[in-house]
Amino acid sequence: MSKAKRSFGVDEIRKDFPVLNTTVNGHPLVYLDNAATSQKPRVVIDALSDYYLEYNSNIHRGVHYLSQKATDAYEDSRLKIRQFINAERSEEIVFVRGATEAINLVAQTFGRTNLQSGDEVLLTALEHHSNIVPWQMICEERGAQLRVVPMQENGDLILEEYRRLLTKRTKIVAVTHVSNALGTINPVKEMISLAHERGVPVLVDGAQAVPHMTVDMRELGCDFYVFSGHKMYGPTGVGILYGKKTLLESMPPYQGGGDMIKSVSFEKTIFNDLPQKFEAGTPNISGGIALGVAVDYLNSLDRGSIQEYESSILDYASSQLSSIRGLEIVGKSKNKASVLSFVLDGVHPHDIGTILDSEGIAIRTGHHCAQPIMTRLGISATARASFAMYNTQKEVDALVHGIYKVIEVFGS
Amino acid sequence: MNELQALYQEVILDHNKSPRNFRVMPDATNVVDGYNPLCGDHYTIYLKLEGDTVKEVSFQGSGCAISKASASLMSTVMKGKTRSEAEALFQQFHQLVTGELDQKTNPEDLGRLAAFSGVSEFPARVKCAILAWHTVHSALQGKTDSVSTE
Repeated sequence: MSKAKRSFGVDEIRKDFPVLNTTVNGHPLVYLDNAATSQKPRVVIDALSDYYLEYNSNIHRGVHYLSQKATDAYEDSRLKIRQFINAERSEEIVFVRGATEAINLVAQTFGRTNLQSGDEVLLTALEHHSNIVPWQMICEERGAQLRVVPMQENGDLILEEYRRLLTKRTKIVAVTHVSNALGTINPVKEMISLAHERGVPVLVDGAQAVPHMTVDMRELGCDFYVFSGHKMYGPTGVGILYGKKTLLESMPPYQGGGDMIKSVSFEKTIFNDLPQKFEAGTPNISGGIALGVAVDYLNSLDRGSIQEYESSILDYASSQLSSIRGLEIVGKSKNKASVLSFVLDGVHPHDIGTILDSEGIAIRTGHHCAQPIMTRLGISATARASFAMYNTQKEVDALVHGIYKVIEVFGS
Repeated sequence: MNELQALYQEVILDHNKSPRNFRVMPDATNVVDGYNPLCGDHYTIYLKLEGDTVKEVSFQGSGCAISKASASLMSTVMKGKTRSEAEALFQQFHQLVTGELDQKTNPEDLGRLAAFSGVSEFPARVKCAILAWHTVHSALQGKTDSVSTE
């Protein structure tokens, strides 16, 4: 069943990504903003345009050839994704717009049904706004409380506090697999076990995890897992909610409309089975198909080698940057994905970003949709370089060179 | 490279490092906050109006070099201006940084502010450059709500 994997070589991989040949401000693009979005391999781009060039058609219930072809491609994608994350059933794979929509879906449906006044939703200090705000909104509506697992200075969660905060009133835990701001990889398997001992379900935000590591739903045992296509070499506008069948079945629908019904009359409407129950309206068909192609692309590579490679790039970048006087790395967990946030004495991250941009280097600056982390660490913003499998040591050197230029401009 | 030099030139770097009028003003007649939460630039602008004249401007706060230098320069050029002169300066500065300045504008008025002409090449940074200006503009109109340029 498994084809021979391409042995990983970064120079070969880079050829698959057309945009990496661009120049910016007269310099070759050094794209270090992968945590914001990843670049796409040609096969994914081709899948998008092939769909529109050759077989664009609305899916499900069409009787003509194009419609059947589009439906097959879309549903094939769902099967590929099921396998990619080792979910048990394809009914447990729901297509959504992205991780943010997936979390809103769970908060609004599971949350509305299960949260009563005085109940608790347990989050962590490391969450992205998309795994905070939907819970705040439903808690306010239901009179429930938000509790937060605190973090240490280095970006690790304080697990003893997690245990303490899991109470009889906790109705769900929502935790990020990898922090987009600090790179911390959370011990989610352990956290899930602890929650399950107390009968509490867990939603894991895997947006920053799936590009960097294999994730296995049955091994993790999580109740919900969410991720976005555009962070894992797929297109924007498509993402996945994984949910255990019994849970999804117990949840009311999210959006109403076509496709999520079996029959409609003004007297009574009967909702559809999983997963269509949660897929109202015409979806991002090309996006769903292209996401399956992104999965194929990743599966064709030796993901273990990729993980090792990214780890070596992170180590190299960390050691190079930490040797720059006046630079401090933010997020020093021993267990990190290839995300490197930093601050520079006397220079605001926005100024760092603008000067690096003049050298063709793309990083992100600001609070990274993680204002609580910034507040906790007493800073307003960081500069963040985030690496993907196509980044090279030479690009890290360019980053270092760029930072020295920033220091030169600011004369510190 | 030239564009970058145009943006981070000596005047701006100097005003960022040694901001002028960087102090609290206990006897201010108007105090307004300017805050861009998405990027973290945050300033309090203190204004002392006497009749129709801006007697003094000072500020506190923190943010990127563009925003701080802009606040510093603003505080020096606004001093001694009448309300209508201040309004005209505000409009001109806004046009300058968005690249919409009328060529016939009197360069004397712009003087040191011309240092910000480079911002128009960096649209993402315009909001940094105009934050302190929008804040003092609000103060001049007697408003007290916090200002944002995001």
